[in-house]
Formats: sequence, structure tokens, C-alpha cells
Amino acid sequence: MNRIVVGAHYGLKDWLAQRVTAVVMALYTLLMIVAVPTVDGYEGWRALMSHGLIRFATFVFIISLCYHAWVGVRDIWMDYVKPTAVRLMLHVLTLLALVGYAGWAIQVIWRL
Amino acid sequence: MSEITKQRPKFLNLVAIRLPLAGFASILHRVSGIGMFLMLPLLIWLLQLSLGSAESFEALKSVVANPLVKLILLGLLWAFLHHFCMGIRILLIDVQIGVEKEQACTSAKAVLAVSLALTAVLGLKLLGAY
Repeated sequence: MNRIVVGAHYGLKDWLAQRVTAVVMALYTLLMIVAVPTVDGYEGWRALMSHGLIRFATFVFIISLCYHAWVGVRDIWMDYVKPTAVRLMLHVLTLLALVGYAGWAIQVIWRL
Repeated sequence: MSEITKQRPKFLNLVAIRLPLAGFASILHRVSGIGMFLMLPLLIWLLQLSLGSAESFEALKSVVANPLVKLILLGLLWAFLHHFCMGIRILLIDVQIGVEKEQACTSAKAVLAVSLALTAVLGLKLLGAY
């Protein structure tokens, strides 16, 4: 391949997204470490997760996780899976799985 | 150009390669990441059980009491802790903290040690030791 790999923004957006989503998830983790020990039993847990701010944070966390996993898992396929057809199939399957997981997880927290 | 195109030694026998410690910690970042990705359906299902109803909350307790599920959760606990610590190391290196070889090696050791130690402490809790 004769492409020059400097000068354009190859991968910069994904690199940045990987960092931003990581920070979002780390902050959510800290929030939960503080919040979860204060709840007691099913009712307390449900009340916590249906609180407006927590639900907003959980929603952002789920989206961040799926975007983060997409970039990370895609990089793994790109590095180790050489046959183009197999790699493309894995990319599509990963993307479909993550979109489905996001919908499922959001549905779990949103109908509370 | 001749400098760039000259033949360089290639050594890609994955079994024989001995990674430096930072490389080992880095590979584990990938292993832990793909492990969590593969177990996402289980985790979302557990979240669903925990929030569905008082009955499903009780069902969750019996699911988690299963030894196989406990083992998977223990593995995921380590994966999360390693990925978290390694992620912080990567973010610090991004902002030019700990870039030197010696510091990078020390921080890789710290990531491995801290994540294993926290896995032991929280894992014993998960297994009901205290």
C-alpha cells in the first residue's frame, strides 16, 4: 500500500472517542461506588436507578460503553483477523450485537 | 528510501516471543476487554433481573449463587479492575505522565499488582468469605 499515513486524521476521531468514553465510564464507576452502598434491598436499588440524574448518567454510560467496545473490539479484529471477508463479517456482527445490547440495556433502565 | 526499504529481521513467533512486562499488561488490556465484551449479554441480563421486580431480584440471588456464574463474575471482576487501572495508565501516558521506559515499567507492574489485589479483596466478598 502506498498511502501516506501522516497528514490526514486517520483514526484520530476514534482515538479521542475511546478516551472520552473511558473517562465517562470511570466517572460513572466512581458515582456508583459512592451511591450503591447506600441502598438497601430491591426497593432501594430500584429507587436509585429510577432517579432522574442516575438514569441520565446510566444512559450516557451505556452509550459510552457500546461506542468504547466498538472501537476496541474492531481494533482487535483489524489486528489479528487477516482474511477480509471474515474480518468484515466480524465487524458487522460486533456492530449489530452492540446496537442490540444498547437497546436492551436502555430498555431495562428506561421503563423503571 | 533505501534505508526504509531494507530488509529488517522479523520475529513473529507468538509462542517464542517474550513480551516485556508493559507489553504483557497491555495484552491483558485486550484480553480483559474482549472478555467483558463477550459477557455483556450476561451482565445486561443480571441488570434486568435486578430491576425487573421483587421476584426477579430474588431470582438474581439464586443465579449469582451458581458456582459457574460466580466464577465468571470473578473473572469479570478482574477484567474490569485490570481494564480500569490500565486505562488510567494509558490516559496518564497520553498527557505525558510516566512516558519514560523505567516509569512505564513501574506503572505496568503497579497496574498488575493493584488489579490483582483488588480482585482478591472484592472476590472474597463475592465468594462470601466475609
